[in-house]
Amino acid sequence: MLRSLATRRLAAPLLQARGMATQVKLPDLPYDYSALEPVINAEIMELHHKKHHQAYVNGVNKALEQYAEAEHQGDVGKMIGLQGAIKFNGGGHINHSMFWKMLCPPKEYEDPSGALEQAIEADFGALDGLVSKFNAAAGGVQGSGWGWLAYSPESKKLVITTTPNQDPLQPTAGLVPLLGIDYKNDRPAYLKEVWKVVNWAEAGRRFKEATGA
Amino acid sequence: MPFTLPPLPYALDALKAKGMSKTTLEFHFGKHHTAYLNNLNGQIAGKELESLGSVEEVMLKSWNGGQPTPEFNNAAQVVNHTFFWESMSPSGGGKPSGKVAEAIDKDLGGYDKFVEAFKAAGATQFGSGWAWLSVNGQGKLEVSKTPNAENPWVHGATPILTMDVWEHAYYLDVQNRRPDFISNFVSNLIDWQRVEQRYLAATSK
Repeated sequence: MLRSLATRRLAAPLLQARGMATQVKLPDLPYDYSALEPVINAEIMELHHKKHHQAYVNGVNKALEQYAEAEHQGDVGKMIGLQGAIKFNGGGHINHSMFWKMLCPPKEYEDPSGALEQAIEADFGALDGLVSKFNAAAGGVQGSGWGWLAYSPESKKLVITTTPNQDPLQPTAGLVPLLGIDYKNDRPAYLKEVWKVVNWAEAGRRFKEATGA
Repeated sequence: MPFTLPPLPYALDALKAKGMSKTTLEFHFGKHHTAYLNNLNGQIAGKELESLGSVEEVMLKSWNGGQPTPEFNNAAQVVNHTFFWESMSPSGGGKPSGKVAEAIDKDLGGYDKFVEAFKAAGATQFGSGWAWLSVNGQGKLEVSKTPNAENPWVHGATPILTMDVWEHAYYLDVQNRRPDFISNFVSNLIDWQRVEQRYLAATSK
């Protein structure tokens, strides 16, 4: 057993030395495309997953391959040039992989409970308070981006924040509206409806992990 | 005095035959462009900016040397969109001619090279933004891309053509397929006569 562990640990550096890159895969959705109706329709879910998220997967895999090659050739300029594509596509992949898990069918919706519920009360007074603050922040994002509910290990509080485009957010408790056009131009309507499909159990699980509770 | 939007230069269904649906224009002009204007008017009510003579002036002032104030996004998007409608025509498409065609040959290496660069600019602007053909400070043509509401005017250049690559510009028609939107715009929508007029105006001083 020890021998196989040793060869397994060596394999990665050897692969990288040969310029073989990390590659990611499109995760399956935890539910059918139609599972979030009537809040988010099946056509949008399919487009979002099969086209947009897949495009981020393809984009980051291509960029990582090119990056590994550039690194192998010692071409620092090229490596730097690829970082925008890695951030946008890699961030898109990371963010969306989390996002699918952060939604649930409306029939399975449950209000937050346990430690997360207490934290919400402590930091926002009530769920309503959180929702208004979140919607104000997310509604104010210029162009593309994400609204997040996150946990700050530094301040030990829940925070609401936004990121532009596909920039990934380090803190773990993520609640994410990605603004698609299901409500076409009406971003406020989307922000009102999407709360019916928010998976608080998943948010609670991440909160537990983040706080070591 | 609150600002107003100039009307669309053509009917809402006028670009249908050229690949941009009536529904897109209804939303893009009637909802998005209109919202930028209404939000801007709300933001500047009772402020100094309200007394400026044009939205362009509000845009340049609120750019604030690269640290834009909240009014910038709305002001710039009002200007960008008006310019976008004027960059297209129901009789658009085809190739440029006249002085701008000569300049494309001289400054950009020819029409094919222009198309390649312009398409790449539109396709590689991550998230929301715009692709531009402008006359720069040295009087030469250049292709560029900008994020969100930013544009070449705030960088001292003079745009003569723009293409909106925010998702709201193409999603209703081609969903995620931005490259299809870009190809159609370049082949079928560009008002090269207007672009030529703008080029002459920008290079006559």
